[in-house]
Parts: sequence; C-alpha cells; structure tokens
Amino acid sequence: MRKYLLKRVFYMILTLFLVATITFFLMKLMPGTPYSNQEKMTPHQIQIMNEQYGLNKPIWMQYLLYLLGMLHGDLGTSFQFSNQPVSYLISSRIGASAQLGIQAMIFGIFFGVIVGSIAAINRNTWIDTTSTVLSIIGKSVPNFVLAVLLQYYIALKLGWFPIADWGGFSYTILPTIALGVGPLAETARFIRTGMVDVLNSDYIELAKSKGLSRFGIVYHHALRNSLIPLVTLIGPYTVALMTGSMVIENIFSIPGIGEQFVKSILTNDYPTIMGVTMLFSAGLVAVILLTDIIYGIIDPRIRLSGNED
Amino acid sequence: MEEKFKLSPDSFEALPQAEEPDNEKIAAPSLTFVQDAWRRLKMNKGALISFWIILLLMILSFGSSFFINHKTLVKSAPQYANLPAKIPGVPINGFNGKLKVSGQWVDEYKQNNVPKGKYFVLGTDYLGHSLAQRIVYGTKISLIVALVATFFDLTLGVAYGIISGWKGGRTDNVMQRIIEIISSVPSLVIVVLMLVVLKPGMTSIIAAIAISSWTTMARMIRAETLQLKSQEYVLAARSLGESPVKIAWKHLVPNLSSIIIIQTMYTIPTAIFFEAFLSFIGIGISSPETSLGVLLNDGQKNFQFLPYQMWYPAIVLCVLMIAFNLLGDGLRDAFDPKSRR
Amino acid sequence: MAERILDVKNLEINFHTYAGDVKAIRDVSFHLNKGETLAIVGESGSGKSVTTKSLMGLLANNAEVMGGSIMYHGKDILKNSEKQMQNIRGKEIAMIFQDPMTSLDPTMKIGQQIAEPLIKHKKIEKKKAWAQALDILKLVGITNAEERIKDYPHQFSGGQRQRIVIAIALVCYPEILIADEPTTALDVTIQAQILQLMKELQSKIETSIIFITHDLGVVAGMADRVAVMYAGQIVEYGTVDEIFYNPQHPYTWGLLNSMPTLTSTTLEAIPGTPPDLLDPPKGDAFAARNPYAMKIDVEQKPPFFKVSDTHYAATWLLHPDAPKVTPPKEIVRRHQLFAKMTAHESV
Repeated sequence: MRKYLLKRVFYMILTLFLVATITFFLMKLMPGTPYSNQEKMTPHQIQIMNEQYGLNKPIWMQYLLYLLGMLHGDLGTSFQFSNQPVSYLISSRIGASAQLGIQAMIFGIFFGVIVGSIAAINRNTWIDTTSTVLSIIGKSVPNFVLAVLLQYYIALKLGWFPIADWGGFSYTILPTIALGVGPLAETARFIRTGMVDVLNSDYIELAKSKGLSRFGIVYHHALRNSLIPLVTLIGPYTVALMTGSMVIENIFSIPGIGEQFVKSILTNDYPTIMGVTMLFSAGLVAVILLTDIIYGIIDPRIRLSGNED
Repeated sequence: MEEKFKLSPDSFEALPQAEEPDNEKIAAPSLTFVQDAWRRLKMNKGALISFWIILLLMILSFGSSFFINHKTLVKSAPQYANLPAKIPGVPINGFNGKLKVSGQWVDEYKQNNVPKGKYFVLGTDYLGHSLAQRIVYGTKISLIVALVATFFDLTLGVAYGIISGWKGGRTDNVMQRIIEIISSVPSLVIVVLMLVVLKPGMTSIIAAIAISSWTTMARMIRAETLQLKSQEYVLAARSLGESPVKIAWKHLVPNLSSIIIIQTMYTIPTAIFFEAFLSFIGIGISSPETSLGVLLNDGQKNFQFLPYQMWYPAIVLCVLMIAFNLLGDGLRDAFDPKSRR
Repeated sequence: MAERILDVKNLEINFHTYAGDVKAIRDVSFHLNKGETLAIVGESGSGKSVTTKSLMGLLANNAEVMGGSIMYHGKDILKNSEKQMQNIRGKEIAMIFQDPMTSLDPTMKIGQQIAEPLIKHKKIEKKKAWAQALDILKLVGITNAEERIKDYPHQFSGGQRQRIVIAIALVCYPEILIADEPTTALDVTIQAQILQLMKELQSKIETSIIFITHDLGVVAGMADRVAVMYAGQIVEYGTVDEIFYNPQHPYTWGLLNSMPTLTSTTLEAIPGTPPDLLDPPKGDAFAARNPYAMKIDVEQKPPFFKVSDTHYAATWLLHPDAPKVTPPKEIVRRHQLFAKMTAHESV
C-alpha cells in the first residue's frame, strides 16, 4: 500500500510538472506583455518593468524561476487587475469557490443517493420512472441554463433568495442548486443501477432469509455496498464543478476562482490563466489521490489485500 | 381411485418412439446481434422518440443550408430588433406579435412600424435577425461541432485503445501512463489552453473538445481489446497468421462496435454542452456568428425583458441533450441486455 | 408415527412473464417430519428451488401462489403477512444457499453477519450476540474463531464460507433448515466435509432438513426420505432405500441410470429436455422423454399409485392394467438388491 501511494504521488508531481511546463511555454508563445493594456509607457519605463518582472532574462531562466517561484507559492504577477500577485488573486477568491463546490457536491450526492435508492427499491414502478425521467432531465439541462432560470424566476420574480453577489448562506443556495443538480442526477442514476444489482445479489437473499426487515436490508447491506463505488465519481464531479463554477460564478457575480478565470481568459491575462490552470490541475490530482485512499479505506476487499490497481 | 380416469382398452399401448424428442427446437426465430439490439431498441419508446427527434432536428438544421443565407444572418437589421414571436392566425398573447411591457400586452410590430405581412415565428434578436432562422442555423453549427469533435475523439480513442490493448506489455504500460497523466488534468483546462493559444472559433473548439475527451474512449476500448485478445476466435486468427491490422478490422472493430456506439452517443451531448458552455462564457464562437451557445449568451443579456430570446434556444438545446442521452441509454440497454432492469 | 412439522398441500405457483404464465409448480404435496432429512431431487428448472422459496415467503415479485397451502405448526404460511414471515425467517425456518462465494455481504464482518439474526429475533444486545456467534462459529469448525470472527468474507476459502453460511442459518437453532444445493459450488473433497458437518449439526441442533439437490449421489448419505421432482411436479417419493433400490417412475430410473457407478462403463443420459412450462403437457410431463411411454401418458395425468406405506409414484406403469415392462439393466439390478434387503428384514 505504501509503495503504491508513493508511486501515485510521484505521478501526481510528474503530472503537475508537465502541466506547468506546457502552460509556461504555451503562454510564452502568446503575444502581449504586462503593459499592453496600460497607458503608453516610455521605453525606459518598460525596461524597468521588464527587469522588475524578470522578463529580460532568457526564456529558460524565466522558466526555472517560474518553477522555483511556484515551490514558494509564487505564481507570478497578473498582467491585469492592478498588477496584483496571482497567488493573492487566487487566495482571496478560493474561499467562495471552495464553499460553493463543497456545498454543491454534498447537495448532489446526498439527494442523489436518496433519489437513486428510492428508485431502486421501487423499481419498475411510477416512482422509478419519475426519478429516471428527472435524472435524465437533470443530466441534460446545462447548469448555466438552469442558473439563469433559477435566478430569474426564484430570485427576481419570487424574491426568495438574493439575485446575485456573495454574502451570507442565502446567497449560496441558488448557485449550489444550479451546480449540484448535475451531480445529483448522475448520482441518482449511478446509485439506482448499483443498488438494483446489489438487491438482486445472493447476499441480499441471505439477508432476507435471516428475517431482516426491508429497511434493515437496505440500510445495513444494500446501501453500504452501493455507496462504496460512488467514491470513484468524486473525481469527475470535481471536474464538473470546476467547469460549472466558471459560468455559475459569473451569472451570480460570485467573487470566486471561476469568475476570475473567465475574466483572465477574456483579457489575455496569461499569468493568472497559468496560475488557475495549475490550481485546477493540482486540485483534481489531489482529489483523485484522496478518493483512491478513501476507497481503499472503506472497501475491506481493497483495504486488506492492499494490491495495486 | 382409478375410476376417476377414463381408460380405454388401448390406453396402455406403447407409444411409437420418436427418433429424437423434438422439444429441443427453439421457437423464436434466430436473430443476429444487431437485429436483436435493434428489436430491443424499438421496444424502448423513449429511445425511439429520441431517435426521431434527433433525425428531425438534423434534417431541419442541415436542410436549412439551402434556405438560410449566412450573410443575411450576420447582417444586422436594427429596424426589426427585439420583436416577439408572431405566428399568423395564432391569437395567443406571446405568439401574436404582442409583448408584455410593464404588465401590459403591447403590439410590438405596430410600435416598430413593421410592414404588414412581415412576421417572425419566433421573433427577432437584438440585431433584428429572425430568431427561428438563427436557432435552426445555430443548431446546425452546434451539431457540426459536436459531430466532428466526436468523430475525432472516436478515431483517436479507438485507435489508441486498440493499439494499447493489443500490443500489451511495455507499450501498453507507457500508453496507459500517458492517459493517466492526461486524464488527471481537468478537460476544462485543456480546452481553455487550446482556446487561448488557437484563435477562438469552430475549428479550435472542435480540436479542444476532441483532444480533451478521447481518453475515456481509449480506456474502454483498451479494456475490451484486452478481453477480446484472449478469445478463441482471435487466437485462431492469430495462429493462422493473419496480419494484426486485418484482425483488428475483421474481429476487433465489429466486437467493439457496441461500446463504440454507446460511448459515442454519450460523447455527442457532452460535446454539445461544451460548445454551448464555451460560447456562453464568451470564449467559444461569438456573435454575430451563430450557435446554440451564442444564442443563449445573447438571450441571457435580455432575459429579464425578453425571456423568449433565451427560452427558445434553451429548449432546443435541452431537447437535443435529453434526446441524445435517452438514445444513449436506449442503445446501452439494447446492446447489453444484462444492464437492462 | 413421527410428528409432521410441515405439510405442503396441492401447491400451485405461476410466474408471470412477458411470454405468458409459467406454471412452475403444479399440484405439489409433501410433508416433513420432525428431525428427518427430506431430499428434493430434480434437474434444474424442475421447481425445487421455487418450492423452497415459497416456504420462506421469498418468491420473486412476478410469482403468484395460485392455490394450495403450507401448514407449519397448524398455520398456513401462505396466509402470513410479510411481518409475520420476517419473524419466521431465520428463526424457525433458515436457509443455506448454493454459492458461498456470493452469499455473504462483502463489506460486513462475518461476526456481525452471524449475529444479525440473533439481534433481530432474540432481541439481545450486540456483545452477547457476538459471543453466541463465536460459539456457533466454533461449532461449524472454523479454526481460530476468536480472531477470525472479525474478518471479512473475502478472507475465507469457499468451504469456510459455506461453514459461515451454515453458522448464520443455524445460529437461532431453527426448526427447519432448507439447504438449496449447498455443495454444488464446492470442490468434491470440501463437499464431503460440508455434508458431514450438516449431519453432525442436525443431531446437535435437532433440526429438520429439506435438502435440495440435482445430485442423487449426495442424497444417499444424507436423506431419510426422497421426493423426485419433474417439470413442477413430484413424480415419486419414498424412503431413501425405496427410491434408490425400488424406483418405480421411469424418470427416477433415468436419474439413477445416469449416475456413474463403480461397475458401469458408459454414462447413460436421459434424452431430450424438460417440457416448456408455459404450456405444460396434458398427461405425464415425462412422456415425451419416456422410452416406456404409453398412449394414456399423453392423454391423462397419472395419479399417485401406492407402492408401500411410505412409497408412492405417479406413473401409469403401476396401473393394474398396464403391461409389465423391463426397466434398464441397472434398475433391474437395484430391484433385485431391494428384494434381497426386504427378504432379510422380514426374516
């Protein structure tokens, strides 16, 4: 197990290194300097600025400095946004994004498990059909469409929640729903399929023959066995939430990473694009490693055999 | 107790022995794999309706090329801007040229002095383009992006998966490590980097989507290839000295077809979503060019006052996504009866 | 006469399928005496498993009991509510399943799996239940039980897992144990051990066993009485000696004939396949495969003819008017042995 983990961590670092390298050189290829959006500067001023940012050094030197800086958490300086350090831009915004992402994940998985289990237990009834239809719709309707509709009809028309901005918990509810419906639908489908399998298995038959109640069977045997594989979906969900955050944060004017990322892309703010790219990659790699470890802990078959793959 | 039975003198005569008891014959006609899958698909109403909806939308959007001129679509006609839907003979508010302005239904066509007889069935956008035409045209663009991206995704993924699974050993190991690394980078990041480097537009979106999504296909194909490789008929072909390319084409691809079809059906809606998503946040295709994402982006700006401008493309997008997902589910169940409950 | 604890009368069960109603159980009657082992023998699809599932009230959703009764302690089980059945299952009637590799919950410690019925039925606390689970685990022959009780199923071999399944079934000391092909999925050497264990435990726990199998070889050492099932009906039943040495139904002949013996050089098979139960034949269901079939076999269903007080067979060959036929050689040999045995006894 330890050897396996070490190997995983090695690949994790290798991945991040490659991402850093590729993004760095891609961005260097791009036109534009830190000052292209600012008022005319004299050549002298530009020279001073170049020295200050290290842009007069050879490319390979800049690359090494960038990597070195990254180890200290220095991701360079934004070309836009009043020349703030990228790390500051990110750290000041990560809270909102993380809160939103975690809330959406919990919302999606919690209700997805409930809907999926109810559908599986009542399979081939109208309850099952309804939940299947809703899951397909939830999976198919793009989150940004849902977000606009929620914002208009629930917040603006009904006035139940704030329309946009970031304040207390009430501000998070609509964006959480918009972000979480996708994972909810996916979880419901996944749990339904898994639990139908489990409910048809021999060990459920044995549990029935013990005289356990329906609830006891579902709670003690079926739920645990169908929940374990759900861990593998946390990685994909993280990607979906990162993607979603870009557009949802924009619609609800939430000062988060996603909103920043879109702004940076639209204004060619390469250092910030690189920084957020690194952050997203590191986040996903960490989540994948974490879910692997969690999977090993909660599934006794993997835990004790400690095998690879 | 025997008196209950009617016994005749010949009751206990031996029966002539049939050569072989014929109850082994199978009543159902034998069907090929594809026929069987098609039969199962036809029983799935949702999938079947979805199939027809997709076909209809495709014919409508691709056939529109003959009627809808790209130039008129791009040119603005401000005198007709933001007109609501007007369908002749339909007296329902919202479809008769009237728009609710601060609680009052106002005939926007009269207000803007639109000539009599001129009407737009789904209204116009903020530049005065017919929304119906733009939606039809935008659907075409979205479908092209999705289909072409899926095609590349499929080609790359299938080829990579077959090579990796077939070669095995070291090659497989290296190829799998590469996939592992690529798939631990969020696809979003790859797409964004591609779009930043390439010029935003259809080609770069297609490339970006294709490059970020082929790994799933490659993984599934590899796993299946590994299994197929050890099947007797493949072993037989190999021991007879058939070339790997021929084996791949004759034995592997047909057997992988169900996986490929199912996975393709799930990739298409993902690609449609990605195009809409990128165009919506403004880094994909942008106005005055048209796609479903562009229309949503345009519509969202005026949603508070002219909700129809977003509702119509949103409905088309959602119907398209639902139809592809339902068809994908239907195909999965049809090809893999075990998964059907 | 021994006390009858279970009496099944005229049981009829249909399965509703897309193709129509499958008549899986057709007019089945049998009984179980206290402390005995009844073997139900038949090939797959003959309805033996469905019969036992109906005893447990665990029939599939598309199954429907069309008629008959299952009297247990003077009460018809078929009329019980789900709640009442839950109180019987595992406590009074328990079951052992065919495949030990899949019948244990992979994510639960085996101690908990054994303790579950105790907690449910005896309403005792977890600690006590685990202590009893440990006792039964020792009883079924798991070595080092104190340590292993905390293990998960995948850490045990197939044979050990079947011992655990048996432990789960017996932990509440049930009156009736249903064993549904308990050794089919196991290696031959392990099979013998498990059968031996079941016999030992039966005397210790004083339970009655219904033993379902397609393997007559297993029956010989285990059962007191045997019922042979074919196409959803019982065709012959009697004591184990009567079925083995004085079989009357041609299907039983076929089964015995297809059993390899030390002296046989060829393996005989019964030709053909069982009939389609969507539309079962009018007369004797076995007629189509029966080399001794007579005209009446396809016309009318044979009643049970009495062979002895304990032995009945449903075949027209036993009708007084039926011609005498010569059974296969192996059966003739067995009949001769039976004649010797009974002669011995009467002396």
